[in-house]
Amino acid sequence: MMRYRLAVFSRATAAILGGYALASAAAACLAVWLPMGRADAVTAAQMLSFVVYACGVIWVFATRNAWRAWAGILGPAALLGGLFLAHRLVAV
Amino acid sequence: MKAAKHKHPGEEGLRQSMSWLHTWAGLIFGWVLFAMFLTGSLAFFRPEITRWMQPEIQVQPAPAVQAVATAQRYLAEHAPDAKRWFIAPPSDREPLIQLLYQVPKPKPGERGFVRVKLDAATGEPVTARQTRGGDFFYRFHFELETAFPWGRWLASIAGMFMLVAIISGIITHKKIFADFFTFRPGKGGQRAWMDGHNVLSVLGLPFHLMITFSGLVLFMVMLMPAGIQAVYDNPRQFTSEVFKANKITPPLNQPAPLVEIAPLVEQAQQHWQGRLGRVTVNNPGDAGATITLLRNVGDGVSYGLLAPFMRFDGVTGALQESEDDHSATVVTTGVITGLHLGLFAEPLLRWFYFIVSLAGTAMVATGLVLWIAKRRQKARPGDTREAFSLRLVDGLNAGTIAGVVFGVAALFLANRLLPADMPGRQVWEVRAFFIAWGLSLVYAFLFQRRKWQDLLGIAAAALALVPVVNALTTDRHLGVSLPQGDWVMAGFDLTCLASALFFAWMAVKAARARKAPARTAGKPRAARNEAVKAAVAATAHTPATAAAHEPAVPAAVHRTAFEPRGDTP
Repeated sequence: MMRYRLAVFSRATAAILGGYALASAAAACLAVWLPMGRADAVTAAQMLSFVVYACGVIWVFATRNAWRAWAGILGPAALLGGLFLAHRLVAV
Repeated sequence: MKAAKHKHPGEEGLRQSMSWLHTWAGLIFGWVLFAMFLTGSLAFFRPEITRWMQPEIQVQPAPAVQAVATAQRYLAEHAPDAKRWFIAPPSDREPLIQLLYQVPKPKPGERGFVRVKLDAATGEPVTARQTRGGDFFYRFHFELETAFPWGRWLASIAGMFMLVAIISGIITHKKIFADFFTFRPGKGGQRAWMDGHNVLSVLGLPFHLMITFSGLVLFMVMLMPAGIQAVYDNPRQFTSEVFKANKITPPLNQPAPLVEIAPLVEQAQQHWQGRLGRVTVNNPGDAGATITLLRNVGDGVSYGLLAPFMRFDGVTGALQESEDDHSATVVTTGVITGLHLGLFAEPLLRWFYFIVSLAGTAMVATGLVLWIAKRRQKARPGDTREAFSLRLVDGLNAGTIAGVVFGVAALFLANRLLPADMPGRQVWEVRAFFIAWGLSLVYAFLFQRRKWQDLLGIAAAALALVPVVNALTTDRHLGVSLPQGDWVMAGFDLTCLASALFFAWMAVKAARARKAPARTAGKPRAARNEAVKAAVAATAHTPATAAAHEPAVPAAVHRTAFEPRGDTP
């Protein structure tokens, strides 16, 4: 029972906090890379980030084990965050 | 509950894990979401509720040009040194001229903004009983009467759970189309709740998805600052770039007379071929004054937060800046948020909004009840912890589902029964709402066995009393409003009566269910699980298909009457 609760807690954390990190990374990455005016890019990125958040949560609970759940959140988050930072480097 | 750790990946595993996610994501914020859905539904009739709650005000709207001239005369006399003026001209929905002005240096303890309502015919301020009117429901819907910004965050988090619950609910569903026609109230118990939940959810699915997603989009600047901070130095830079109409300009600190606003309104209405929504005057009486005219948000779906505007120099009346169109992306956002606010919806569509939104409210309510129904079937006798969680959730369900409705009725009753000149009466109206809800929760935990029938009965009685008390305390009751064709007053009273009937019917049902022994008790567990699966698959089999079409009709009818409460046409 305890193990089960820990597993649920781990996934809930991955979904809620990890999902938010993923959504934020997606918003930041899209905001700088989308080929539109900056206000448009930010608006589109912000809206899409909620879709990314929801997909992240679904992934966390749909996948086989907690490791895959965390990897599926943090991996893309790191990738998107890296792309955002790459734009910073290119732009400066 | 073991679904989260399924051993066999693949389709069936996905469905089970999504069912688990749907169950829990829906439960945690279920009660908050119920209150949000209900108050949000009422907020579609925000001005009409306000009008019902101030029955002494009976005025006719005037054309915008004339009303703005009246407003300018009043403000020049009473608020010449205000920092900003806001003027909302009368409309069919809000027949008063609404003024708001910002006092330059409010004394400690005084409000920075003063609100005045003028009768367009006389130009005089109208005095009526103090009430928050429909604004209470509108505010509660996204702030939950909690301090800024916590209430908004809480409501948004609940909204995100809702979005997850909707998506996981869709994935859980095997035969989304077949379930559409499946309603078997005769089967009773969990099956009927499941069918009801499915019908309400699937029928309104586009609306539920839209309203949940757009609710998040409305607060995206607050909720998701990362995208803004990636590009801008601060969020204000972004908002002033997108929402140009709200620009605040500094004063030049040289006195100069303000130009007549009415001709500018005429010019703007010509240009738009549309209605005026709001006038904002920055620094009136100063050489740096500006006058911003905003088009009526009801003129277009995408205008919710981004209506076209024209800005004029406040001294010369020369056009400084205007905006009619936005980029495709911003218009998309405008449509999404505009759909949520529903301000464009004319009477028929507004009623449709209201009814589908009540279906959403009922979707949340049936989902909460279904949690109990499913769980109770699986519970082993003698499991005390299980019994505790069942009691807790069931108590919260009854205390909230019936309690919030009772609260709404209590607020309307307080509006009529508190003395009209009582100081702080608007605060007590809102307290009546929370006291009624709180008492319902207490009752639900004290009287475990009778809570549903009693609380539903109380809610029904309170709703039925609203038109009665209205008739006793005002001269705008159904006997007058119906013959006069006063549909704001009549519609409100009739909606209360219809809701009362609906809740009385549910109370009777609850009382009958209590007397009848649980029907499924004798079945072995495996057979019951099969039955649940069959509930989803049933329509595919021939005997069920024929039978399923008939119940679909009562389902639709009762959905129309679903959970309505105090409202107006």
